[in-house]
Amino acid sequence: MGVSGDSAVLYDNLQRTGGVDKQFLAAPVKSAVDKFQLLPEFLKVRGLVKQHLESFNYFIRTDIKKIVQANNHVASRFDPSVYIRYTDVWVGRPSEVVDGVTDSLSPQKCRLGDNTYAAPIFVNIEYCNGSDSRMMMKKEVVIGRMPIMLRSLSCVLHGKDEDELAKLGECPLDPGGYFVVKGNEKVILIQEQLSKNRIIIDSDKKGCIQASVMSSTAITKSKTIIRMEKEKIYLVLNAFTSKVPIMLVLKAMGMETDQEVVQMLGRDPQYATLLLPSIEECASIGVYTQQEALDFLEKKRKKSMSRFGKDDGALGVLRDIFIPNIPVRENNFYLKCVYVVVMMRRMMDAILNEDAMDDKDYVGNKRLELSGQLLALLFEDLFKSLNDMIKLTVDKSLSKASRTSRLDISQHILKDDIITKGLERSLSTGNWDVHRFRMHRRGITQIVTRLSFIGAFGSMTKISPQFEKSRKVSGPRALQPSQWGMLCPCDTPEGEACGLVKNLALMTHVTTDEEEGPIISLCYCLGVEDLYLLSGEELHSPDSFLVILNGLILGKHRTPQLFALGMRKLRRAGKVGDFVSIYVHEKQRCVYIASDGGRVCRPLVIADNGVSRIKHHHMKELKDGVRNFDSFLREGLLEYLDVNEENNALIALYEGEATYETTHIEIEPFTILGACAGLIPYPHHNQSPRNTYQCAMGKQAMGNIAHNQLCRMDTLIYLLVYPQRPLLTTRTIELIGYDKLGAGQNATVAVMSYSGYDIEDAIVMNKSSLDRGFGRCIVMKKMSAMYQKYDHVCDKIVSPRKSQHDSEILDNDGLASPGEIIRHLDIYLQKECPLDPKAKSHPSQIQYRTSKQTYKGAEGEPAVVDRVALCSDKNQNLIVKFMIRHTRRPEVGDKFSSRHGQKGVCGTIIQQEDFPFSERGICPDLIMNPHGFPSRMTVGKMIELLGSKAGVSCGKFHYGSAFGEPSGHAHKVEDISETLVKHGFCYNGKDFLYSGITGTPLQAYIFMGPIYYQKLKHMVLDKMHARGMGPRQLITRQPTEGRSRNGGLRVGEMERDCLIAYGTSNLIYERLMISSDPFEVQVCRECGLLGYINYKTKTRMCSTCKNGDNISAMKLPYACKLLFQELQSMNIVPRLQLADS
Amino acid sequence: MPKVPLWDLPELPQNHLPPHLQLQKTRVSCNNDAPTNTESIIYSGAYAAMGVDNSLRLGEFRKNFKVNVMKLNEEDMEFDLIGIDASIANAFRRILISELPTMAIEKVLVANSSSVVQDEVLAHRLGLIPIKVDPRLFEYMSENDVPNEKNTIVFKLHFKCERKSGERRTVYSHDLEWLPFGSEYVLRTENSSDSTSKPKTYTSFNSSQETLPEFSNNPISVTPGIIISKLGPGQEIELEAHAVKGVGKTHAKWSPVATAWYRMLSEVVLLQDIEDEDAQKLVNKCPVNVFDIEDMGKGVKRATVARPRDCTLCRECIREPGWEEKVALRRVKDHFIFTIESTGALPPEVLFTEAVKILEDKCERVITELS
Repeated sequence: MGVSGDSAVLYDNLQRTGGVDKQFLAAPVKSAVDKFQLLPEFLKVRGLVKQHLESFNYFIRTDIKKIVQANNHVASRFDPSVYIRYTDVWVGRPSEVVDGVTDSLSPQKCRLGDNTYAAPIFVNIEYCNGSDSRMMMKKEVVIGRMPIMLRSLSCVLHGKDEDELAKLGECPLDPGGYFVVKGNEKVILIQEQLSKNRIIIDSDKKGCIQASVMSSTAITKSKTIIRMEKEKIYLVLNAFTSKVPIMLVLKAMGMETDQEVVQMLGRDPQYATLLLPSIEECASIGVYTQQEALDFLEKKRKKSMSRFGKDDGALGVLRDIFIPNIPVRENNFYLKCVYVVVMMRRMMDAILNEDAMDDKDYVGNKRLELSGQLLALLFEDLFKSLNDMIKLTVDKSLSKASRTSRLDISQHILKDDIITKGLERSLSTGNWDVHRFRMHRRGITQIVTRLSFIGAFGSMTKISPQFEKSRKVSGPRALQPSQWGMLCPCDTPEGEACGLVKNLALMTHVTTDEEEGPIISLCYCLGVEDLYLLSGEELHSPDSFLVILNGLILGKHRTPQLFALGMRKLRRAGKVGDFVSIYVHEKQRCVYIASDGGRVCRPLVIADNGVSRIKHHHMKELKDGVRNFDSFLREGLLEYLDVNEENNALIALYEGEATYETTHIEIEPFTILGACAGLIPYPHHNQSPRNTYQCAMGKQAMGNIAHNQLCRMDTLIYLLVYPQRPLLTTRTIELIGYDKLGAGQNATVAVMSYSGYDIEDAIVMNKSSLDRGFGRCIVMKKMSAMYQKYDHVCDKIVSPRKSQHDSEILDNDGLASPGEIIRHLDIYLQKECPLDPKAKSHPSQIQYRTSKQTYKGAEGEPAVVDRVALCSDKNQNLIVKFMIRHTRRPEVGDKFSSRHGQKGVCGTIIQQEDFPFSERGICPDLIMNPHGFPSRMTVGKMIELLGSKAGVSCGKFHYGSAFGEPSGHAHKVEDISETLVKHGFCYNGKDFLYSGITGTPLQAYIFMGPIYYQKLKHMVLDKMHARGMGPRQLITRQPTEGRSRNGGLRVGEMERDCLIAYGTSNLIYERLMISSDPFEVQVCRECGLLGYINYKTKTRMCSTCKNGDNISAMKLPYACKLLFQELQSMNIVPRLQLADS
Repeated sequence: MPKVPLWDLPELPQNHLPPHLQLQKTRVSCNNDAPTNTESIIYSGAYAAMGVDNSLRLGEFRKNFKVNVMKLNEEDMEFDLIGIDASIANAFRRILISELPTMAIEKVLVANSSSVVQDEVLAHRLGLIPIKVDPRLFEYMSENDVPNEKNTIVFKLHFKCERKSGERRTVYSHDLEWLPFGSEYVLRTENSSDSTSKPKTYTSFNSSQETLPEFSNNPISVTPGIIISKLGPGQEIELEAHAVKGVGKTHAKWSPVATAWYRMLSEVVLLQDIEDEDAQKLVNKCPVNVFDIEDMGKGVKRATVARPRDCTLCRECIREPGWEEKVALRRVKDHFIFTIESTGALPPEVLFTEAVKILEDKCERVITELS
């Protein structure tokens, strides 16, 4: 198909050039290479969940060593010869220590046993216990246990094939990338942040233009703002009490002459004009020398900022807190001065020209923080705490005058598992509290949604936003053009988080940190002039570009394009990391090189003068298995581009569209969508919000969860009895394995109106289809119970008495046995608890009481005990888990949806004989109202119907990948129609149907064919609720609230208003009083307060008047009586005045 | 139509409708946009204004009514039902689907099931297996009835996949074993002391079903080859399935047909002579080869309708503009091509006669209720 498209382009070109372009004619005929095969190869090494693994691996391999290296020396404050030095650190294999025996762990074991899947962190240490002892060494000391990401390098699942995974009880299609903490699967969400160490030009609330830098180094994090306020430029820094004139700061850093500043800013008089007021201000303050400036700053300095031990005054602040990402060598502030001036220049550019403002929502200005970085942060904090703790305890014992035993510093490491507990706590609560960096973030982790297979994918690719969701801003929510190919344009939730929570696209990769050193020296080799050797005047000379690496100005280069080309060639040759981006910014006259972590990038095919480097033979080699994705990278056929570098590239969507200027060609256009949106067939024919709705609903669809779904003990599992793979698939479906773990069924749908029970998107279902298993699902709920151990006694397992009617399903151990049918209020566990848990008497004398747990399910809906599992928690209590299985067939009110955001409930269920049937005897499974189409504009659904129909008639799965028609990954409607006609159907998919009720033909042709339908988790059985009499709240005596408490349905304010307006006073009285909380009170007519009845003497009394003369009885809502009493308790006297008593 | 004065209209012969009305009455015309004239005109006085009596006469009906069996084998049957109204044909179809009784497994007693298939699902699958037995030999079991040899068929399934084999095994429907003596599972009772009497089981068969003449040399079986479950090494299924009589209305498993339906005989009419190129075009258009080319001599080729019965109504021949004037696709309203796909319990021809009997019964009931 691609070939024909291409020849059309060729023909077009021929027409345009008039057919005389000899060079064009001589050129070999271009035929598009089908690059699809690259995708599965890519997904083997990168993409989707692999960034989590990559990031975690980087942390385990490199970052953890760096952190320990940076804090490797722990010495006592009193005696420096008492110290520990960490020489090496590594993470072992996942294991646990039970009763002193080390046992290897597997993730499934942890899930079932409520354990944490963690591996010990080993260190090698050198230590010395004082000046009189020699240095000693210890190897393989465990300092804590690190939760291990599934499928990472340290995981037991790494590199295992399908069989081995099955032996470990693991689903081979499960992507990994999450942790198992206390039996829960937790994923660390990708965190979106503004990029660190970069100058961002924007305006503040007042509209002042400012340049800000979020500096982040291994030691400090700080925010530096240079702001233009009333034409003067100030520095805003946390370490200073108020804003500081920028000229003053420059003077303090050694640039005493104003001329130097102006020179450095550039020759253009515009800049000098803008700077003039600031210079004047500085002069008016009377600061001329460095010392004067420092003295001035010293006064402005916050005095509490001496966290770093050494306090060097204002100079120290400028060195350590003011843009700390710029190094200061031996108090040489030149680099910082240059940086400040570059900031000012960028800011002035923005003042002179609005376009120079930075866009905060631009993806290139963002970094994605992944689990590795977040864990590193946490680990660093905990490791430092551990060291502090060691120091503290050693100091404490050293300070004691008389020590009984010899001090052994190495013993203190093991004392407390700060690291283990800290990591586990943060992962299970999702609270990241890193005091050192003043970081308090909530909701970093999330439980992996296991409602459906695709839901698990969804949580793994989810990006949580930097802003809080309540902000009513549209900018960050809007679709950014720079998201193309990096973030899925469809997959975002509806409602408050709309547009803020994003998802990764299929081929996105998130970078990890890369060593800067080699890149710097390479830059100098390629002709970057060192900044130290440049004068201020030369800096912005018109013939040169600044070269900036990760926000650090390296110097300048006279031929930036050549330099960029050189760097890129080196990268393609593999001399520089694959993910280093080189970006020439013409407007800012800068070359930005980035090697930092968290940038999003994606692979693209390199094209030379518009000719793709990937040829047919490459793809053939890939198919034959001689090549893999990495070899494409190694040979420079592909490269990763990040968002910034994409701006320097001209990317053609298809090979045929490439022109001479084209530098890159997309691999496959459907990769701009993510995993969830990839399920939708023909999404490019749908109205865009429909795709967004489907992305949300796909995660609620029931189906297969994983291959190990029947071995899992999740709290709630929804399964479909007969899941199918969609007849109309997409390439993404095959790539992620949705065809193996489907979540829906191919239903034959007739688009027609029927019976009137199909309005408002309701669907009419065929009873026989339901009888035969359509939409049948299994709901499994976990229930657990514990055999508690007390100090001296524990709960007892006892055999129940069989005579009891409600304990029929119990085994001899008092537990319900698997396979038994369990009904509402049946006992599923019976045990004996000691009456007095603290008793210390002889075991035979302890008295027990029977305790039982009953199943609370829907009445009249028998369920089955599916599995019973016994395990022990960390206190060695016996935990019993029951999986209760309930098989349900669809009923009226259950929610269904197609893959096009078209949800609807089942409106009615009709007998098959009443359903229409076609000339071939086909009877639809469900009927959908055609009114669902015009306003929704889901043309993709119609094409899906056609494609599926053609698919079933010719026996081949049809494809509907996004934008797939030109490249042959989606069948064209014309071709589908042709297939339909060949098999005797009408080209438009409309069939001649007979009414099942009258037997005569219907007066219209009916659009009928299979559509993949998902059953969503919302079922009436879980929601329906009604009550007559029932429980009441204790204090107000009003009916309880909520379905779970069997609560009443509230007649609220608005309902009450209606009743008032309607004038049904008795109904109001009945609803609000009689059916709620009527209460008879005794009111004293004299004082208006409440009295009481003395039931012994049968007299009524007023306790205020001390008599019972003027008491009347009346009815009040109990809540009202309560209010009176509460008011009285607050010294407010509510008095009742009775009108006629 | 040109305006013609009333007195100039031709004298209508008695009992003959003008052709266009006759067409409307007897044919559904399947146009490109929608089918028209789909409804059947039953009212006796529908054409009274034209002096035409539209009432149905039994004699007429008898004369015209025809049944031609086109295809018949053990499972499928296709026959033509000519000269009947759609409502009657539909009634047969509806009865076939939902009101003809069959036997189907209703109750499953699971003694042991360690396969991955859940018990409920297993029971559901068992229920859908067609049982090859004449339901007329059995009675319905009402709520208060005890299962006996007259209303229950018992099957046993005991299948084990040996741990040693190390391979998966498939349980098929033909592994179900008929128990003519009824259930083998002993009912748990409190006073199991009287060991002399026969232990009470879940069924109370008085005699073996094998002794019944119908089954003596024709044991009850189910449709073979249907996969029930797959067992891994060490897994086992042991259960008893009790089949009872029921109708498709209650549950589709009791429906004796996979499906039963009819279509009206298609009639393809060439309104014009289609010759030469157009004829070839027309022949090529039809995916089911309804048309043929007839050599008229002198090099003139004319399209003819050779196999109108094959028309699937894909409307490909009238899809292009202009062709609707040349070709007319119609359906004959009183000619039904009826298809019955039996599930195997009863042969399709018996099913149909049974359906007729049920309709008869219903009619009789109506008559008795009315009189």
